[in-house]
Amino acid sequence: MATPASSTAAQLDEALFTFLLRMGDNTLVLGHRVSEWCGHAPVLEEDIALANTALDLIGQTQMWLGLAADVEGQGRSADDLAMLRDVWDFRNLLLVEQPNGDFGQTIMRQYLFDQFHLLLLRALQDSADDRIAGIAAKAVKEVGYHVERSAETVIGLGDGTEESHGRMQAALDWLSPYVGEMFVSDEIDAEMATRGIVPDPASLRAPYDAALAEVLAKATLSRHEGDFAHQGGKTGFRHSEHLGHMLTQMQWLQRAYPGAAW
Amino acid sequence: MGEVPGQVRDAAVPDDTPRTASRPPRRDLPVRPSPDQIMAWLDAVPDPEIPVISVVDLGIVRGIRWQGDTLEVSVTPTYSGCPATRVISMDIETALRDRGLQDVRITTQIAPPWTTDWLSEKGRARLQDYGIAPPSPAGGPDRCPHCSSDNVTRISQYGSTPCKAQWRCADCLEPFDYFKCI
Repeated sequence: MATPASSTAAQLDEALFTFLLRMGDNTLVLGHRVSEWCGHAPVLEEDIALANTALDLIGQTQMWLGLAADVEGQGRSADDLAMLRDVWDFRNLLLVEQPNGDFGQTIMRQYLFDQFHLLLLRALQDSADDRIAGIAAKAVKEVGYHVERSAETVIGLGDGTEESHGRMQAALDWLSPYVGEMFVSDEIDAEMATRGIVPDPASLRAPYDAALAEVLAKATLSRHEGDFAHQGGKTGFRHSEHLGHMLTQMQWLQRAYPGAAW
Repeated sequence: MGEVPGQVRDAAVPDDTPRTASRPPRRDLPVRPSPDQIMAWLDAVPDPEIPVISVVDLGIVRGIRWQGDTLEVSVTPTYSGCPATRVISMDIETALRDRGLQDVRITTQIAPPWTTDWLSEKGRARLQDYGIAPPSPAGGPDRCPHCSSDNVTRISQYGSTPCKAQWRCADCLEPFDYFKCI
């Protein structure tokens, strides 16, 4: 039995653990959402592209949640964190748990996240924590490719037919209120930023808005004024109803057959 | 384990750990094989998805070294979610066991991140012969691997494995894989 003194010595680095969950839960939840398209995309090439994107995100999840599990030091694995936590323990952004909708909505969600993800990973390459810098350096190459494709596709569909334009504008209108949460700083971010591990997310807002404006202009899409932001995902305070439904699918096997392995 | 930029031919193989009596002696390898010998064996392990190139050609074997009687092989993944990575680790272990190395440990090293710059010249030539255009810094293949025409267009940024994209030749009309440059 641990004495109070020894449990203090081995005190969990709560801020670091939470930050790593946020990274890993974003890629896990979006990776799972995107994988839902496998076998259903409008054309074969898009099906393959989405499946490959999902694969990258799940691979990155293994690194982030693997490190989170190490930092926690309770003997849990990345798989345990992914498959054995319930909704209230997830720390992903509300944006990534939103349902796929039509192909346009999926691509818009992807671009809105990819652009943020790219800026964040670029900054994390200079993290004071070598383990985080290493994962970021690996992931940034893949995410650079993701944003290239999602931005091109947003432009192609936005500046496409009347039908595709209408759907992309509707997707942007629907998803815009989920953008702001990416840049909200809380006490975890503040502590991580002070320690030089993570950039202050608010500092990514200006370059994000500039990149977004450029892509949306080419896509002939317009963003509504106003900065209302749904919040509660990254703090875990209040996820949308969609995450729980998603987890019943994603975690079904471990819920039905606890501990199943092969 | 020291970082090994570029190819790993000159991988350092330090051995300052004394043999421990508790380990069983290697039966079939009285002399410890040289690093060059081990790399040559690994160069015979094919990539499971693109069997014309070896895991060494791919540039994913980042170092080998002895830890006591254990040979530690450091492998870096190509793409973080590539499902071939696990198979590759198993294939490396099996190949070295077949050569008499009983005690092999595979470690994953993610930094520095894998780059297609680490593909060997031999590997690039074999990809080309196999019908896969090798990576090019220009962001796309410079010519069709079938007819050598430079009249090529992209079909999709992604392909049948995470490391490939789909292109098409407008002259011979054949589609082909392009090994993405990262």
